Amino acid sequence: MPDKRCTEDEVVAELADGMTIGIGGWGSRRKPMSLVRAVARSSLRDLEVVSYGGPDVGLLCATGKVRRVVYAFCSLDSIALEPHFRRARQDGTVETFELDEGMMLLGLQAAAWRVPFLPTRVGLGSDVLEHQRDRIRTVRSPYDDGEELVAVPALPLDVALVHLHRADAAGNGQYLNVDPYFDDLFCRAAARTFLSVERVCPTEELASNGPLQSMLISRLWVDGVVEAPFGAHFTECVPDYPRDEEFQRAYAAAARDDEAWAAWRARYLDCGGHDAYRDAAGLR
Amino acid sequence: MSGPAASVGPGPATRADHCVVALAECFRGDGEILANPIGTVPMIAGRLARASFEPDLVMTDGEARLVAGPVPVGVEAPDVIVEAWNPYRTMFDVVWSGRRHVVMGASQLDPFGNHNFAFIGDRRRPRAQLLGFRGAPGNTVNHATTYWVPDHSPRVFVPAVDVVCGIGTDRARALGPSGRFFELRAVVTNLGVLDTSGPDGRLRLRAVHPGVAPEDVQAATGFLLPMVDDLEVTRPPSAAERVLLARIDPLGLREREVRTS
Repeated sequence: MPDKRCTEDEVVAELADGMTIGIGGWGSRRKPMSLVRAVARSSLRDLEVVSYGGPDVGLLCATGKVRRVVYAFCSLDSIALEPHFRRARQDGTVETFELDEGMMLLGLQAAAWRVPFLPTRVGLGSDVLEHQRDRIRTVRSPYDDGEELVAVPALPLDVALVHLHRADAAGNGQYLNVDPYFDDLFCRAAARTFLSVERVCPTEELASNGPLQSMLISRLWVDGVVEAPFGAHFTECVPDYPRDEEFQRAYAAAARDDEAWAAWRARYLDCGGHDAYRDAAGLR
Repeated sequence: MSGPAASVGPGPATRADHCVVALAECFRGDGEILANPIGTVPMIAGRLARASFEPDLVMTDGEARLVAGPVPVGVEAPDVIVEAWNPYRTMFDVVWSGRRHVVMGASQLDPFGNHNFAFIGDRRRPRAQLLGFRGAPGNTVNHATTYWVPDHSPRVFVPAVDVVCGIGTDRARALGPSGRFFELRAVVTNLGVLDTSGPDGRLRLRAVHPGVAPEDVQAATGFLLPMVDDLEVTRPPSAAERVLLARIDPLGLREREVRTS
């Protein structure tokens, strides 16, 4: 089996301006934050970010990496609204493609199956459709019912970034919490996928870490594996660690003004790579 | 029953008690579907409904588990019985099958019950970015929806919403057969209960909480609000329901969300 281990900076070197980047996790849960921070520190720009949004979206907006956000919500869970994302929206610095949560699922599934759209009733009558007719169209059933349905467009990703609990060096990935979110779909919708994991382990260990169903992603879908202990910090990554609520509050408070943000950024972003971040955040 | 119960005992029922009961009543008759009340007061209401008159309701723990029993809100519950696994992906299957009744919050509602909690102002540069569309379009077109508004005011009840997330009765009707799964069950607020029995499916005041005059509700609504001829007054929790509420809401969290005025 191939050895796909690499570093955050090596992942960033594979990215380019204007790419569409899908980010796994949900809200402030199991986000690939060490990879996100590496992107935030880079010179990349004009990214389109597809996410069940949390601080991944907020951080990339706050650092000017984002041209457009494809989203249904952007939340820190225990803090309902992502303040950095709010600021970017209210300052008019990012475009959006607004979706219902289920539409995003269908768009990713369509991309994964290499079909141009998937039909659904979701969106009918709502302004998620009516305000975005330039991007979302309807389709009439070819069967006797003749029903008009929303044709959710495929959301193909150039790259997916996903954080799991364990993987082997070849990219067989495993989640150990209660919800896979849509991480496998992000991988399958993407031309290339980079996993970060709490720990890289021998392949033969995976089956003993958890039930067979926890082995969510096979190496078929994975191009690189980054070992990043605390890689999802400050988002939740149980059972390895809970959300760091105090840290998250400080992150949210840093959206208050430019000065507060500059201080947060200097301390936790410009400090360097993931090792330096772990030192700064006391994660040892 | 033990615990520092907020309203067990001789005191009169609070406004929050009436709101909880009114929301619980929205689940009456639902049977074996996923009751998905979002927010503290709706959650207490859903758990009360299941613990009393609607025992077959299925409910989540807020994450990926469906859990049995009168699980308390706001405290650790060590002896929760897990019935089934329900990750987000499965939740969409439930939504799209119609086996669900959601209670959502609302930043804006118009006379037809069109709903917004996505943003205020223009989509390209909103004055206030709120939640986004979340699941509102898919919920409202697929299964029963109730709204909970803890602060009934003209800021919420507006002549026209800035963006339609959950669809109202006029938009559902315009869909023809595709709108057949739409059901706006009720809008419960800190002042009373609205349904969609008004002219052409408009919201109409069906009940007020004790101490609220219909004029108060109209004054807090940014459009002309019709009223049923036989306006009801919402009921307080029964003695048995008070006992259940003490178990379900041992911290009295409902009183923090709704003040008795």
